[in-house]
Amino acid sequence: MSVRQDSFRAAVLDPLAAVPEGLKDGQGRPAGRRFSVYRNNVVAGLITAIETSFPATAKLLGPEEFLSVASLYVRKFPPDTPMMMYYGASFPAFLQQQMRLDHLPQVADLARLEQTRREAYHASDAAPADPGELAGLAPEALANMRFDLAPALRLLRSDWPVHAIWAFHMTDDAPPPGQEAQNVLITRPAFDPEMAVIDTPTCAFLSALQSGATLAEAESAADAPFDLTAALGLLLQGQAIHQIIPGDIL
Amino acid sequence: MPQNALPNGPGVGYKPQHFPDLTTDPDPVQWLEIHAENYMGDGGRPLAQLRHLAERFPMSVHGVGLSIGGEGPLDPNHLARLKTLCDWLQPASFSEHLAWSTHDSAFLNDLLPLPYTTETLRRVAEHIDEVQTTLGRHMLLENPSSYLAFAESTWSEPDFLAELAQRTGCGLLLDVNNVFVSATNLAIDAHMYIDTFPIDKVEEFHLGGHDEDEDDHGAPLLIDSHGREVADPVWSLLEYTLARSGARPLLIEWDTDVPDWATLAAEAARAETALARHRQGVAA
Repeated sequence: MSVRQDSFRAAVLDPLAAVPEGLKDGQGRPAGRRFSVYRNNVVAGLITAIETSFPATAKLLGPEEFLSVASLYVRKFPPDTPMMMYYGASFPAFLQQQMRLDHLPQVADLARLEQTRREAYHASDAAPADPGELAGLAPEALANMRFDLAPALRLLRSDWPVHAIWAFHMTDDAPPPGQEAQNVLITRPAFDPEMAVIDTPTCAFLSALQSGATLAEAESAADAPFDLTAALGLLLQGQAIHQIIPGDIL
Repeated sequence: MPQNALPNGPGVGYKPQHFPDLTTDPDPVQWLEIHAENYMGDGGRPLAQLRHLAERFPMSVHGVGLSIGGEGPLDPNHLARLKTLCDWLQPASFSEHLAWSTHDSAFLNDLLPLPYTTETLRRVAEHIDEVQTTLGRHMLLENPSSYLAFAESTWSEPDFLAELAQRTGCGLLLDVNNVFVSATNLAIDAHMYIDTFPIDKVEEFHLGGHDEDEDDHGAPLLIDSHGREVADPVWSLLEYTLARSGARPLLIEWDTDVPDWATLAAEAARAETALARHRQGVAA
């Protein structure tokens, strides 16, 4: 008659499973739909958590499709940590694998953007460097310096107009998205993530800087002309430069 | 006095949308409770707000994810995160639930029920010992809200909690709404529950709203939803309880459909009115 937690868990996550024997009401009758309270709390609670974290994705899918795909996800991949702020990191990849969503090929990247924004929101704090340090440097000193960039900084490459799709679902007055692919820089100047659309060479440049390349190395990683001043301006504006590390003096 | 520095007045569960009100006019709220797991990120707004609030309010850290009733061992990583939080925040109180939520590394994000057997008692007592030793502090354990019972249970819930407190030295957090919900759902007498509860171990009360549903037989099935005002019969049960216990720190929980500050503050004011009737004067 003993109800083990593995059978309880399995029955909570499977709506078709029988209610474990040994669970009863106050009169000793089988628990019946009382067990559904736990089923509902668990599954609806996890779906709500996904919806809260992926609001634009939920809007793109529409309520019915979202509920259906999120139900599948939460039953198959319940959280593996009590830190719900991190739950759903694998949701974008899960969406990508759903053949039923083949008509919405952009949805996985939209979910990636939302996941990336969430990572930026919870990332470690890092005080920004004084922008004056940059302004005072001679061009030859600039070339060899490196940046310790803020932990909240994120870059997302996409084959879809992912920022425009996000804006269309999440802000008033945004125009319908076009066709062009968009890369997105995410910074956290105060507490809220800020996004900027950047071209591919700029994205490659920032990615190289983030990996510890010198400014000169990062420029060549860009592999195409781009606006260096604008790129550094985005970092400064986003409070994304934690430290400026001067290059070796040759 | 229990080892507890929360004031014997009303507190509320902290919601970020109330941050501006709490930093300008928090009256009558005297202290705040946070869900530990929401403050385990690396940085950003949640931690910045928490640091700010902790300078002004006595804080209670309320864990919802430790799975103290789990059949398996406690997650050492999660316990370490709780220790980190308690070490820097230095809350007045730390509490968790008589429930389980993690099995085989799957966290179900709900407070799931336990059979009240001698085996469960032994396991939960060991887990409480481990928590208190690791955190280096006394903890409070909260009574759950129940929707069903286990045929294998051999202890009443008040006796079970009394024995846990006796064995481990932990204090108890008595959720009066949970008592009302469980008593209704399992056809037990809520007043008798309170009469038999080890009231001297109670260091904090919780009060929240519940929803009403029905079971397969048309019997009332109350759901502990924390999404509305505290029901009138629960205020009455609180009054009955306070007559036994005297004033203790009392938390209003409102976690879903979170209301504006004025509505929440009104609930806290009602709690203060109830507490004031049972607060002993300085000369008493």
